[in-house]
Amino acid sequence: MDRAADTSVVTPAGGLDALIEVLRARGYQVWGAQETDGALTLGPIASASDLPRGRIEAAEAGTVRLIDGPRDAFFDHTLPMQGLKRAVYPAEERLYEVGMDMAAEEDPVEAPPLAVLGLRPCDLAALETLTAVFEDGPFVDTRFRRRREALLLIAVNCMRPAATCFCASMNTGPRAEGGFDLVLDEILEDDRHVFVVGAGSAKGREILDALSGEPAGEADLKTARAGSRACAEAQQRRMGEDVEALLKRNYEHPHWAAVAERCLSCANCTLVCPTCFCGTVEDRSSLDGAQAERWRRWDSCFSLDFSYLHGGAVRTETASRYRQWITHKLSHWHDQFGQSGCVGCGRCIAWCPVGIDITAEVAALAAAERTAGQAGKEA
Amino acid sequence: MTTAVVAERSVHSGEGGMLPRAFEVRARRPELADCVTLEMAAVDGRPLDFAPGQFTMLYVHGVGEIAISISGDPAADATLVQTVRAVGAVSKAVCNLQEGQRIGVRGPLGTAWPVERAFGKHLMIVAGGLGLAPTRPIIYWALANRDRLKSVAIVYGTRAPDQILYAPQLLGWSNTEGLRVGITVDRAAEDWSGRVGVVTDLVPAMLRDPAETVAMVCGPEIMMRFGAQALLDAGVPAEDIHLSLERNMKCGIGWCGHCQLGPHLICRDGPVFSYPAVRDLMTVWEL
Repeated sequence: MDRAADTSVVTPAGGLDALIEVLRARGYQVWGAQETDGALTLGPIASASDLPRGRIEAAEAGTVRLIDGPRDAFFDHTLPMQGLKRAVYPAEERLYEVGMDMAAEEDPVEAPPLAVLGLRPCDLAALETLTAVFEDGPFVDTRFRRRREALLLIAVNCMRPAATCFCASMNTGPRAEGGFDLVLDEILEDDRHVFVVGAGSAKGREILDALSGEPAGEADLKTARAGSRACAEAQQRRMGEDVEALLKRNYEHPHWAAVAERCLSCANCTLVCPTCFCGTVEDRSSLDGAQAERWRRWDSCFSLDFSYLHGGAVRTETASRYRQWITHKLSHWHDQFGQSGCVGCGRCIAWCPVGIDITAEVAALAAAERTAGQAGKEA
Repeated sequence: MTTAVVAERSVHSGEGGMLPRAFEVRARRPELADCVTLEMAAVDGRPLDFAPGQFTMLYVHGVGEIAISISGDPAADATLVQTVRAVGAVSKAVCNLQEGQRIGVRGPLGTAWPVERAFGKHLMIVAGGLGLAPTRPIIYWALANRDRLKSVAIVYGTRAPDQILYAPQLLGWSNTEGLRVGITVDRAAEDWSGRVGVVTDLVPAMLRDPAETVAMVCGPEIMMRFGAQALLDAGVPAEDIHLSLERNMKCGIGWCGHCQLGPHLICRDGPVFSYPAVRDLMTVWEL
């Protein structure tokens, strides 16, 4: 369902700075994508001029480079290296400090209001995926919840996919259907550069009201929708059908050993994945041992230590660790949290140092299964 | 249902899920050469109300935290009783704690043995090695509910006679009316007059009416696989066989991802599972 025309306004491209000012006036720090050391990162921005305007990613399996795009759009790029995960689930944080009396008190959560400008639909979906993990189970992670509630989410509908994108096949994009406070469509025609701004929440509505702009006309809304459709059609990758059952049927398929010949077990995919949530805990104690600190930090199922049980690791081989990652993401996640763990952002494809492609591995497994099935019939 | 009770309890302790409560070691009892039972009490006096099969995360100051099953009497929850084997840095530190020292406790966590399924039926506990510790709360429960059970059998296998956990208690139970205890060891010297062999061999001999039996199995994974198969072969319905599984756990509350076994998070969906829920998963290579 698209927002109704009367809730959207059209503002000139220069209105982005006005939006940032409105956010600042309401106490928000503003984060956006920016070019840092040749890569896109997500972090504090001072003005719209910090955005990677006119730049796009040339992404493929195992590589992503920023290059000049064909036009001067603010949001023709797609994804910063890491998504929103860091903002709601820090890579490392202290949970508490405790003395020998064991009277532990949890560290307070610092969660100042944070507006994120230019979030992609896949990253919005990833936030919902993480929320299901940390808030919808028997235990609620209140640290995660406080940080999430401090967020103001300003989405941008994608008009151009990177070659690694496959959100259309995961039903998470390229058009945001909800979960945002504000949503932007960037329209750049010959002599006209505007944003259609829509609200998705009361908080968003209040900010929208503070912006100057014309009510959006049907023509602009139509252009925006057509842009999203074109973006979906332009996606070069897609996740295969029936992947949830496919992976469960093939725990012991020889294909995993074939992937392991390439996989370095480096954990890059889990670090850039916006939904990988696995974590560990660590103790740090004072030199005299009187005070101890307990830290929580990201972990990865690709490390040998991850599955350590008395006597040794359960998953000793790269093959079983890759199978764990992909099967958890695309299949077991449904059992555990009622949805897929993959949002189709394609980061794991681009940032894999050897170019392992989650969509290609699923396709290869499906093809191998089909071939074996046919061979079985012929025999 | 047991699961519903557990879920409700979990929600109540959801706030501060990673924060331990302070307990004090009240008694320390060496069991085997590398095994210790601790009796602990909450510093704030609030009992840790648990169901048989549930576990806690035990935190030793500055060392770390481990998941350990509760081994005490569920009807005597003022004292938290847990038996720990010293195998890693944290379990060694737990075993070295002395009376009066403090320990952090989170829990109770996880699913419980569905003991009520045994009402009106025979109850069989099949335990291997230290696997007797997580099943002991069932035995306490069964003693309190003997009149509602047709019979109770404890089938226990361990490596050697000096590796028999809770030996004096097992002797006492074997002399208790309505309880049958069978013990077997993998190897023994000539002074052992008991049985030598694997626990699965003892299972058929001790079953009364397999179709009317509910079995709880706990021990090394390979022993549980063959133990459950022996029960099944003897005619115990698959859905009446329950196992307690173990994996690395960092949080115990469904957030860290370490304890996955296929579709299950063992801390949240287990540790106690019905055999059909895990049967196929237990034979998958490095799952």
